Amino acid sequence: MTAPTSSGCAAPDQAAPLPASVDLARETVISGVVQTASGEVVAGAYVRLLDSSGEFAAEVVTSPAGQFRFFAAPGTWTLRALSRHGNGDTSVTVDRGLNEVTVTVG
Amino acid sequence: MSRDTALVSVDWAEKNLDTPGVVFVEVDEDTTAYDAGHIPGAIKLNWKTDLQDPVRRDALSKEQFEALLSERGISNDDTVILYGGNNNWFAAYAYWYFKLYGHRDVRLMDGGRKKWELDGRPLVKDVPNRPKTQYVAKDPDLSIRAFRDEVVAAIGKKNLVDVRSPDEYAGRLLAPAHLPQEAAQRGGHIPTAINVPWSKAANEDGTFKSDEELRELYREAGLDENKETIAYCRIGERSSHTWFVLHELLGYKNVKNYDGSWSEYGSLVGVPIALGDEPGEA
Repeated sequence: MTAPTSSGCAAPDQAAPLPASVDLARETVISGVVQTASGEVVAGAYVRLLDSSGEFAAEVVTSPAGQFRFFAAPGTWTLRALSRHGNGDTSVTVDRGLNEVTVTVG
Repeated sequence: MSRDTALVSVDWAEKNLDTPGVVFVEVDEDTTAYDAGHIPGAIKLNWKTDLQDPVRRDALSKEQFEALLSERGISNDDTVILYGGNNNWFAAYAYWYFKLYGHRDVRLMDGGRKKWELDGRPLVKDVPNRPKTQYVAKDPDLSIRAFRDEVVAAIGKKNLVDVRSPDEYAGRLLAPAHLPQEAAQRGGHIPTAINVPWSKAANEDGTFKSDEELRELYREAGLDENKETIAYCRIGERSSHTWFVLHELLGYKNVKNYDGSWSEYGSLVGVPIALGDEPGEA
């Protein structure tokens, strides 16, 4: 049994499947992988979601397979990854549903 | 309080891993990162299972806090160095707890787990075995904890600082953007609260900005240094980060953390709520 405590705001496990409660007709999911220029996935990278004015919105740590996922809103966002292999940015314009994106670092 | 007594750098931490009387504690909502590798000698505290009352929604009582620290082998004389993932939010929450119960010497590690990892510093899986202690806590220092009635009474009178993201403040999102958006409570913010997201106080590697930058940040956002201040977020951990900045780094007096935060306020019947990007009227 799970302890009946409040849920916090910590970043969830990025390898976990999309929760069944998430309605892709309503939510705007931005998901993808962080990789190096040579195409190797980067585990343990810190991925920051920045809004269209460059302000921070959220941050997660990539899974062993380099995956990340955000629940945002339709519009333009920047994904910025920090890692021991270097940093990198990708800008995306997204809509409701699942939006896939790759961030390259180095 | 000041940076010298409240904060240590990762360099200082790495040089003091074996210093007697210094205890490193990793704190997070979920401690799987600790289990996969942590700072050598560090013990863990789980925000969810260790730092909340298991039945009521509340902070641990004095007796519960004493039992927890005694069981984990922390003594009153130890210098406790807290760090964690999620940009030190939960470590800052634990820091606030240690202050609430009067611990003599507690500090945050600047940059937390992120800075330590990005620097490529050592992580180990060995879990230290610390002998039990007889920890004695002081009565809670309620000068740093705000409750709901006080928050409602502060509308238009004290500084209210909403440290959530602009979209949560405006009511466009109900939770941070790394979480699904289903939530029971209403969106928006406490009328007259200014919005200074916690992230504006930190650099991208998780370290805090300089005192000068921080002072300017809150001044520009409209914080009146001569008034009392209450910080809040959704559940009280991001606002612990801002409470730490205002009270511990900048030394402002009369700063409280409202740990009930939006998940309590946004569910209260009959209290005023402001929507949109402006603070709104009292």
